[in-house]
Amino acid sequence: MNINFTLVAQAIAFAVLIWFTVKFVWPPLLKAIETRQKEIADGLAAAQEGRSALEVAAKKSEATLNEAKQKASEIIGQAEKRAAQIIDEAKGNAKVEGDRIIAGAKAEIDQEVNRAKEGLRTQVSALAVAGAEKILRKEIDAKAHSDMLSKLAAEL
Amino acid sequence: MTTEHTQQAEHALTPSSYIQHHLGFNAQSVGDASFWTLHVDTLAMSVILGLVVMGLIWWVARGATAGVPTKRQAFVELVFGFVDDQVKNIFHGDRHSFIAPTALTVFLWVLAMNAMDFLPVDIFAKLMHGLGFEHWRAVPTSDINTTFALALAVWFLMIFFSIKAKGLGGWIHELFCSPFGSNPLVWPANFLFNLIEYVSKPLSHSLRLFGNMYAGEIIFLLLGMWAATGLAGTIFGAILGAGWSIFHILIVALQAFIFMMLTVVYLAMAHESH
Repeated sequence: MNINFTLVAQAIAFAVLIWFTVKFVWPPLLKAIETRQKEIADGLAAAQEGRSALEVAAKKSEATLNEAKQKASEIIGQAEKRAAQIIDEAKGNAKVEGDRIIAGAKAEIDQEVNRAKEGLRTQVSALAVAGAEKILRKEIDAKAHSDMLSKLAAEL
Repeated sequence: MTTEHTQQAEHALTPSSYIQHHLGFNAQSVGDASFWTLHVDTLAMSVILGLVVMGLIWWVARGATAGVPTKRQAFVELVFGFVDDQVKNIFHGDRHSFIAPTALTVFLWVLAMNAMDFLPVDIFAKLMHGLGFEHWRAVPTSDINTTFALALAVWFLMIFFSIKAKGLGGWIHELFCSPFGSNPLVWPANFLFNLIEYVSKPLSHSLRLFGNMYAGEIIFLLLGMWAATGLAGTIFGAILGAGWSIFHILIVALQAFIFMMLTVVYLAMAHESH
């Protein structure tokens, strides 16, 4: 237990060691560790950011998809409506056209009937003249009595 | 004084001469009075250990990268984090500018010096004897000069930080006005209280470390002495020596830790005003 000059020497050594550590050992270690901590924190923040961005994108894509679906169904609905309209129109047109054709046919038939009647009239009058001629023989002049005969034919 | 023991040790190996031989310092006189003596062994061992330990840390710190650390750097960062955490819990100021690095220095240096206790006393003494050193103490912290030097350095730092934090007037005011109050009647009591505190701090700080390391060394010496008595003594001395060495790992680390913690606590207290 003898206190001597060693104490002073040790204290100096201690002071030098502290100075050395304060100056050269602590700062680089602190810097390295703090830089790494910051990097890790930044990385985690970036990851979080990416996650939220992904979430936003997913929401957006879902919304777009929904919109597209809605639009598609709308378009289909419109197309169906239009198709029904076209069919109705076509039906209307067909009916008009059919009526028109039927009317034409009826007119033609009427015409034919008239023409046939006309023919028959002429033939009947000719027959009547021929019959009368046969009956009367020379007594009747075809030319003199044609006026009366055509009147008769018109009455038939 | 030491030379007498040397003479005895040279001639007859008695238990007391054996122990005294091992506890003798390599003392060199550098002046007239007995104060002007230098324990070369203590000084050389502590300086070499300080250089080796702090040099290693410095070597790693110099190449420290913020990226993926090597295992070497990871280990140093482990120590760094351990010390930094302790300081952070006690001292709430700018610890990085002084107190935390000081704590790291104290911890590693004292740990290294304490660890010299693991060196087998007789083999090491023999080795140093072969190198021409009659006396060579391996454990610098079992020299009261070392522990007292550290404790006194911390003590001065404590006073320095106290004055720096509170101003000279504030410090003197605190000497007289705490802990009992600023009534002039209690000034003497306050001052006495603070005086005792200021005296007891370095004493307990240094003597705790010294006592532990000194006692540890003595026990190794006693076991070594037992080993010299015969076969049974050798066997049991070896077993107990191994046991004591293993237990001593705890003491070495624990005392270094306690010394560091007290250093931090004292320096942190100096920053607080009462």
